Amino acid sequence: MSFRSNNPIGPLDYSRRTWMKLILLGTFVFLYAPIITLIAFSFNDSRRNIVWRGFTFKYYEKAWNNSSLVEAFANSLTIALFSTLISVVLGTMTAILLWRFRFPGKAGYEGLMSLPIVIPEICLGVAMMAFFSRIGWPSGLHWPLNLGAITIAHISFSFPFVTVVVRARLASFNRELEEAAKDLGAGEWQAFKDILIPHIRPGLIAAALLAFTLSLDDFVITFFTSGPDTITLPIKIYSMIRFSVTPEVNAASAVLIAITLIMTSFALWFQGRNGNQP
Amino acid sequence: MEINHKAHFMADRPVILQIQKVVKRFGNIHAVNGVNLTIHEGEFFALLGPSGCGKTTLLRMLAGFEFPNEGSIKIDGEETKDVPPNQRPVNMVFQSYAVFPHMTVFDNVAYGLRVVNVPREEIKERVKDALALVKLDGYNSRKPDQLSGGQRQRVALARALVKRPRVLLLDEPLSALDAKLREAMQLELVKLQKAVGITFLIVTHDQDEALSMADRIAVMENGVVRQVAHPRELYESPNCKFVADFIGRMNLFSGIVEGHEDGGRLKVKTELLGKLTISYNEKLSGELHLAVRPEKLRISSEILPPSHFSFPGEIDAVVYHGSETHVYLKTDAGPLLCATLTNISRSSIRPKRGDRLWIGWAPEDTLVLSE
Repeated sequence: MSFRSNNPIGPLDYSRRTWMKLILLGTFVFLYAPIITLIAFSFNDSRRNIVWRGFTFKYYEKAWNNSSLVEAFANSLTIALFSTLISVVLGTMTAILLWRFRFPGKAGYEGLMSLPIVIPEICLGVAMMAFFSRIGWPSGLHWPLNLGAITIAHISFSFPFVTVVVRARLASFNRELEEAAKDLGAGEWQAFKDILIPHIRPGLIAAALLAFTLSLDDFVITFFTSGPDTITLPIKIYSMIRFSVTPEVNAASAVLIAITLIMTSFALWFQGRNGNQP
Repeated sequence: MEINHKAHFMADRPVILQIQKVVKRFGNIHAVNGVNLTIHEGEFFALLGPSGCGKTTLLRMLAGFEFPNEGSIKIDGEETKDVPPNQRPVNMVFQSYAVFPHMTVFDNVAYGLRVVNVPREEIKERVKDALALVKLDGYNSRKPDQLSGGQRQRVALARALVKRPRVLLLDEPLSALDAKLREAMQLELVKLQKAVGITFLIVTHDQDEALSMADRIAVMENGVVRQVAHPRELYESPNCKFVADFIGRMNLFSGIVEGHEDGGRLKVKTELLGKLTISYNEKLSGELHLAVRPEKLRISSEILPPSHFSFPGEIDAVVYHGSETHVYLKTDAGPLLCATLTNISRSSIRPKRGDRLWIGWAPEDTLVLSE
């Protein structure tokens, strides 16, 4: 008698129960079918998104020639770039501060700092809008200065993510390494640059990609802080959909998905490398 | 004789480290509580003590990672108050080795020279010599994760030695190595120290390590130095109960001074072993501790000669350690005594639990500890 025949099916052993397999399949269908359809229909040679009429790159070309769409895309990339750079610097400084020093109110600050992660985006969006109009943030500035408000709003919600990622990386830092560098003649700053930064580099890259992705596809907060001359890609797509869902929208969305996917997989890959380093 | 000769030889040398009345507090805890130490050039000095005794804190103050609350530390005649670690003529081998994981062996060893802008050619030359010194030639381009623990330690050693420090500080350098490698490394460190002539200051909790390597040892307890002595003196003539108990194994019992006899003889009344007369030159009174090393004990099936103390008893336990056997004897008077028997012959006597024997020792092997 083999052991297997005696082996009872565990409660979570979904690979050995047909009905569980079906649930699993259904979950996958509902989660991914819309995305796959969206991408597939971006290649559909039809004005309407219902029937498949053959393969074409036409709508990608059309999207590329739509100047307001391209402008929105350029805005999105610019905002993402600046908010990433600034939130990585701020977030890393915060992470190092929280890791290295003890100060009164530290626990309180730690809780407060991660507030933008848990706060509903809609609240943050409304708060940002009220804040910028209250302080009289200048409008009608030239590009890229007109993106300032959105960029600041993006920094405020993405830098806590940076802090969390970098801090996780810092936890594995052996402080004797930094002391060794100082012992060998390096000053504070040099030890930081030569020893600490190389150690947290994978975390920095992962955090930067995360911040970039968060900024690139943010809708809610951006919607409240953008004006008529500061349309970002997600907002542009939304406004296009209000008229009709054309394959052009599908094409633009597919590009956004592709960028987000690539960024996220890079981020995951770098984080995965964290564990392998001593 | 040889030990004494060496002692004088070292004491003649210039002082390299002068630690005076150093106190270090962490909150309410006195980690180091008034330590005085003088260490001479070329010495292999060990700070020995149980964990939490303040030895590592003292070492970190020498390196400049902690600053004393009181007292002074002079390295090579210079007061080190407020001198940061990167400006001190000392280097450290860390307990975790702290080899930079993202740098090759060469870059690790070269780091300390690069940060102070030593010319490129000189760096090459000095790194090569340092790696040869620790027998790591040919490992230049290896990364630390391609090295064994022992090799990483050699990198840490080379990295510190290449700076030509006045004092090399070693923080528990052998604790992460397995027993065989540790013993080989002990021997190698001593040879290395003699070869480079640099003062070594090692921190360890392992008495065997300190005894086998150091020229002199300071035993610390609760932030205080209990005794500074040469290994043999420390083992054979500890000055207090703590040192006696901490270094090696010891049979200890308490007693009260009964009086003195002519010719420097001390009469001690012990609660359990009766009255003992021991030669001792100083006048003492009150309570004290008597101690005798297990290997100084003799066991015999007959009463020992009258020149020895002798007590009847029964074997309580026998622990076989290969090269030696530890025999625990319960004397009829009460105390449990441990005797170490060296198994010098395959047919050495094999005591068994329950055997009735005599146990005793020569009076001159008794240590009198007034603290």
